[in-house]
Amino acid sequence: MRAAHWLAPLVLVTLILAAWETSVRLLGVPAYLLPAPSAVAYAMVDNAPLLLASAGRTLGMALAALVVASVVANALALALGLSPLMESAVRPLAVVLQATPIVSIAPLINIWAGLDHPERAVIGLAALVAFFPIFSGAITGLKAVDPDLERLFKLYGAGRLATLRRLRLPSAVPFILEGHKVAAGLAVVGAVVAEFVSGSGGAQGLAFRLLEAANRLQTAKMFAALILLGLMGAAAHAAFQGLETWVLRRWRGR
Amino acid sequence: MIETVAALHAVQVDYAGRGRALGPFSLALERGEIVALVGPSGCGKSTALRLLADLEQPTCGEVERTAGRGETSVVFQAPTLMPWASALENVALPLRLAGQADAVLSAGQALARVGLIGAEQAKPAQLSGGMAMRASLARALVTEPRLLLLDEPFAALDEITRRALADDIHAIWASSRPAIVFVTHNVEEAVYMAGRVVVMTPGPGRLAFETRIEAPLPRPPQFRTSPLFREQVERVSAALQQAMAA
Ligand SMILES: Nc1ncnc2c1ncn2[C@@H]1O[C@H](COP(=O)(O)OP(=O)(O)OP(=O)(O)O)[C@@H](O)[C@H]1O
Ligand SMILES: [Mg+2]
Repeated sequence: MRAAHWLAPLVLVTLILAAWETSVRLLGVPAYLLPAPSAVAYAMVDNAPLLLASAGRTLGMALAALVVASVVANALALALGLSPLMESAVRPLAVVLQATPIVSIAPLINIWAGLDHPERAVIGLAALVAFFPIFSGAITGLKAVDPDLERLFKLYGAGRLATLRRLRLPSAVPFILEGHKVAAGLAVVGAVVAEFVSGSGGAQGLAFRLLEAANRLQTAKMFAALILLGLMGAAAHAAFQGLETWVLRRWRGR
Repeated sequence: MIETVAALHAVQVDYAGRGRALGPFSLALERGEIVALVGPSGCGKSTALRLLADLEQPTCGEVERTAGRGETSVVFQAPTLMPWASALENVALPLRLAGQADAVLSAGQALARVGLIGAEQAKPAQLSGGMAMRASLARALVTEPRLLLLDEPFAALDEITRRALADDIHAIWASSRPAIVFVTHNVEEAVYMAGRVVVMTPGPGRLAFETRIEAPLPRPPQFRTSPLFREQVERVSAALQQAMAA
């Protein structure tokens, strides 16, 4: 039974690829419109060093963005957790910022990062996208405290700092993890979008390879880059899912 | 002389938008006394307990407390343990918050007192309902409280576990004699547990009926089959029924 569930997606992919390959060949679709899977595989192998290097750069920028976003978002959430007044002050700002389409901020970030540092612009934009899920996860988590536990802390005379450290922070762990999981996926998306928008090829990530291949009508290479992107996103998601499961198991003991 | 540990003097609690939740209601607790609070759902039992614990202030009336901070403990209907912390750490919490150095040692002893030896490192999710309630009880006992407030602590447990825990509480009471307020919906449990049973009217709760159970604490074996027990259960049930009909 388990084996069947493992095999099912493989079989489906094989079927799709086979149908794709035969229909492209039989119908004589031009390669620049839709290359056959075999052509994509060739393109992947031919350009492997270049594509992998670019994928590494995109992944690196996304991870850097995630780290930046995590540090800033958690620090800010903690500060706001200590002061309800500060939270009321910041909340509307955060909402407006979150509602602003990130793409529209890109040119501004490009100017700030400086034309000589395109990767900084990409990291900055991706961090901005990754910031909100972590921030709102942490803020929500810091408040998601069992009211009776809160009463208990009050009964035993716990101060604000002790309550934060011993009650609210540990209560927030599942929410913070969930926030990071969502943010990890968004950071990759953000890095790609940012690179598209920044226009120059300076950051040399996968998105640039996509644009480059598109301009040259190397559709097979585009597909190869897209597949790499997809795999990267899935791997990032799986890694964080695994991390989340592992930490949560330790957190609640099973 | 009779020493009062805590008392409510004609207290009333009004919640904005909800109207009155409790009172006027008076209740005085003598040192070392066990009082059971019985009443229909929503009559304000938990509210009264929060007043006694100084977790909430009455809208009017007065709360008198001689038990200081750290001398009051509460056990809620749910075990209310921190899911991320071991049983030992949960029990040690009140001492840690008070900055006590030997928190873990005392917590271990408290766990032993409620029969949880060997479960020190287990997380709450790994404990059965009864074990979690015992851990919660151990946490309440670890500070050696003078006032122990129990809010339907056994509501989620099976009958056998409830009876075992009732006797455990009596044993603990016999050793350190805290004043205990025990909230329950179960009349037999109230009569078994308490030296005095207080029946409340439907919300906003007032005093409806009160009776002393003149039998030794901890209860002798077979107490549940004694004529005194049956008779008191009938009286309290009748009072409760009357209060709810009125
Ligand atoms: N924080 C609150 N805000 C508003 N209303 C409240 C609050 N706490 C309790 N109430 C209301 O006060 C009344 C009494 O509540 P309380 O929890 O004290 O009842 P109870 O006797 O403990 O009931 P139960 O047996 O169901 O636990 C209820 O009507 C409840 O809805
Ligand atoms: Mg209640």
